[in-house]
Amino acid sequence: MTATPTSAPGLAPAAAADPAYRGRPGAGTTVALFAACYNDTVWPGTPISTVKVLERLGVRVVFPRKQTCCGQIFTNTGYAAEAIPLVRGFVDTFAAFDYVVAPSGSCVGAVREQHHQLAERSGDAGLVREVAAVVPHVYDISEFLVDVLKVTDVGAYFPHRVTYHPTCHSLRVAQVGDRPQQLLRAVRGITVVELPNATECCGFGGTFSVKNPDMSISMASDKARHVRETGAEVLVAGDNMCLMNIGGVLKRQRAGVRIMHLAEILASTEEDPA
Amino acid sequence: MSAVGPVQQTSPTFVGMPKFPYAARSALGNTQQRRNLAHATGVIRAKRAKVVAEVPRWEELRQAGADAKDEVLGHLADYLVQAEEALTRGGAVVHWARDAAEANRIVVDLVKAVGTGEVVKVKSMATQEIELNEALEAEGIHAWETDLAELIVQLGHDRPSHILVPAIHRNRSEIREIFRREMGLVGRPAPDDLTDEPRRLAEAARLHLREKFLRAKVAISGANFLVAETGTLVVVESEGNGRMCLTLPETLISVVGIEKVLPTWQDLGTFLQLLPRSSTGERMNPYTSMWSGVHAGDGPQNVHVVLIDNGRTHVLADPVGREALRCIRCSACLNTCPVYERAGGHAYGSVYPGPIGSILNPQLRGTASEVDRSLPFASTLCGACFEACPMRIDIPKLLVHLRAKVVDAKGRNTAEGRAMAAGAWLFADARRLEKAQKGSVLAGKVLGNRQPPPLPGAMGMWLGARDIPDLPAQTFRQWWNARGSGSTGGQS
Amino acid sequence: MSAAKDAILARVRAAVTDLRAPVGARGDTPWVDQASAGVAETVELFVENVVDYKAEVVRVAPAGVGEAVAAALTAYGVTSVVVPDGTDPAWTAAVPETVRQVSDDGLSSAALDGIDAVVTSSAVGIATTGTIVLDHGPGQGRRALSLVPDVHVCVVAADSVVHDVPEAVARLHPQAGMPRPLTWISGPSATSDIELDRVEGVHGPRTLHVILVEGW
Repeated sequence: MTATPTSAPGLAPAAAADPAYRGRPGAGTTVALFAACYNDTVWPGTPISTVKVLERLGVRVVFPRKQTCCGQIFTNTGYAAEAIPLVRGFVDTFAAFDYVVAPSGSCVGAVREQHHQLAERSGDAGLVREVAAVVPHVYDISEFLVDVLKVTDVGAYFPHRVTYHPTCHSLRVAQVGDRPQQLLRAVRGITVVELPNATECCGFGGTFSVKNPDMSISMASDKARHVRETGAEVLVAGDNMCLMNIGGVLKRQRAGVRIMHLAEILASTEEDPA
Repeated sequence: MSAVGPVQQTSPTFVGMPKFPYAARSALGNTQQRRNLAHATGVIRAKRAKVVAEVPRWEELRQAGADAKDEVLGHLADYLVQAEEALTRGGAVVHWARDAAEANRIVVDLVKAVGTGEVVKVKSMATQEIELNEALEAEGIHAWETDLAELIVQLGHDRPSHILVPAIHRNRSEIREIFRREMGLVGRPAPDDLTDEPRRLAEAARLHLREKFLRAKVAISGANFLVAETGTLVVVESEGNGRMCLTLPETLISVVGIEKVLPTWQDLGTFLQLLPRSSTGERMNPYTSMWSGVHAGDGPQNVHVVLIDNGRTHVLADPVGREALRCIRCSACLNTCPVYERAGGHAYGSVYPGPIGSILNPQLRGTASEVDRSLPFASTLCGACFEACPMRIDIPKLLVHLRAKVVDAKGRNTAEGRAMAAGAWLFADARRLEKAQKGSVLAGKVLGNRQPPPLPGAMGMWLGARDIPDLPAQTFRQWWNARGSGSTGGQS
Repeated sequence: MSAAKDAILARVRAAVTDLRAPVGARGDTPWVDQASAGVAETVELFVENVVDYKAEVVRVAPAGVGEAVAAALTAYGVTSVVVPDGTDPAWTAAVPETVRQVSDDGLSSAALDGIDAVVTSSAVGIATTGTIVLDHGPGQGRRALSLVPDVHVCVVAADSVVHDVPEAVARLHPQAGMPRPLTWISGPSATSDIELDRVEGVHGPRTLHVILVEGW
């Protein structure tokens, strides 16, 4: 693979020739899915849903099997040296693609904010250049849909009452803005209710949750209380680790609130409900 | 003479502080304090948001503030010399102190030369940092704190828990008790009919302190800014206690961190917008005093400035970490931090609590102590502090930077280090990850939708109040492989 | 003493050897402010923001200052007022005889503490923040005068009101060799130290009464 993106307008010849893609917003566009290691392992429903939504919109999805982890868990725990090979692996895996899409604001944020810092730390000027070349092509699913495909109505149907938690890294690092809410509001049948204190952290913070367990639980409990106050059936977010944290409290409390990733709601249809 | 500056000595008050998670656990159990803090930080967050929203070019202001501080920090020697020249021209005497002990000795000697047994003090983080009050008391000199919150803390034999509102952890009825019990022991007693109404409590402080203001011969202050161009010192305050101290006594001693310098007079146009709106959530604080040395016939005629290093040059030597020296002590990061809101300030083991404390203390003091090693980890990296910081200090980035320093200093031969090495090995090759995933899928099949048995260690802490997710019967990779190339194809 | 200075400056220089930009590389100090829609709007905003701090504001023509000062002192029931050197005699001409007028001949702090009020002029007003700046020139008195008495009657010329902070800072640039002390006042003294509940009135004057003079 080279560092040069293959198809400038993202037009893969095979896909462009396929009549099934014509007229759809993603026709002729190829996306490399970055599933995120923990989604791959623990929440496969999220990347599967991402594939479904993208393909429904006419996008050709590929899954580069070399991918593993963006390195954030190492970086944020103080193991920068261990994260540097993963940055190298990430650019090797994704350098050839115009669009790299992940169902995780946190991993996208780590790629955008931390990969260049780690590359600089490595002292490898080539890696610094490669990171700079790859990073602009990396999108959170909500950004790719709204900014690149320019759709908010992805043809989803989800007749439930949901509330959205803007995860800290989606909001403040990846800076996805209100794109997730735009996408949610366009879902047929859905009721979206405001989450009180929405922008306050849920207390996960990676290894924070085990290094500062009492604080983490206190924050997660407050977040769970706010979720219950909304009367929502479903808590939705763009990061499964945060959902696991809040959902862990909700489940322990038998609150009866489902947790779902944004991609899973967007994938839901009348024929194939989530 | 070219060695990097040393770290500061941890002051006696904070030696042996437990690491943050332990201190925070007991703070979490203090429900009164948590209620006080949640209320106070909530009020101030809302006020700040309102007045920041009034300024259309706020982001440009933040950038201008950061640029001014970076200009100073990049050429600090030049600006310090320029400031000293201007101050001296204005009639002030400039002293330099490498560390807390040297600064305290200078101040004590100056007070003794006046021949007084007491000083009045304007709230100052620098003098708290060097524990000047303790140094003065050791020489038999009473230091009267005059800021209302500092007075509450001092009378309560307590420690400050917030940069701006040091008694934020106390509510009105606790304050009334402290005033009634303590005021009479050190001066004018609280009125007998004192209620817990904030207005009455403020009135009691006014009456108690007025006699001290009127008779004091020496005042001690810090400074929010020192303008290098003009030798002007600036103190920003609300109550008028600052003005009393800066105006009435004959001798004024200001203890100023070397990073407080601003390059030009016009920079005040930026900072006097950023600081009040970020700090108290006001368009402007009630009083700002500026003086440039001695002003004939007006105010103190003996003006001293003590410039202190005390670890700052150690921070300055770190190309990433030096950004923390932009801090103007507004405390917006504390007010917005969900961890600070729950832990309060004492758990941070320093006069600098909250997010800024978590990046300043381990740099000023180094990471030799338990508490300083734990502070970079006392954050979820949620980024609310960076968003609020008027100086655009990227606190999460600095926390991560300091975490790496802590790990590098501690070494990797720890349980965590070995786990991280194993993880890095696993993720270095996707085929290893695929093999490992078979184990998690197996666990998923065994557990079904049941929770695992109680576990020791980290996992046990997680499970204390939270369930874990059900593990899937198939990973994404397995799904993708099973699907075959399909209509849209896979790729390796 | 100079050993400490030398050591600190050496440490500072050693700390930033990685930086190459020359002093002043950032260029002119940036000036980030809000634009005024016009002089009238600036004055209205000033009044609105001063009132928001719970200060009193009355608006008068130049000939009405004396009446306004007398009315304010009467309304607050003061029995003594300190009048700084350089005060326009017309401003105090209407003060009733029941109010003792004291000039500042080096009053001690204790003597000042026995005086109820002070009347001063001012140097600059700032609309966006509702701030009044005293540079303690003629008619403004030394700093203690506008601090110790409990009532501060402050005369502000409407044409001294600028729109935003950077312009005020520029106007107040200390002239070489003659720097003045400055006091920036935004409402009466206040504290929020008890439960973040704002209380007006602590050590500084608990009453700030502003007489805004228009058409000077």
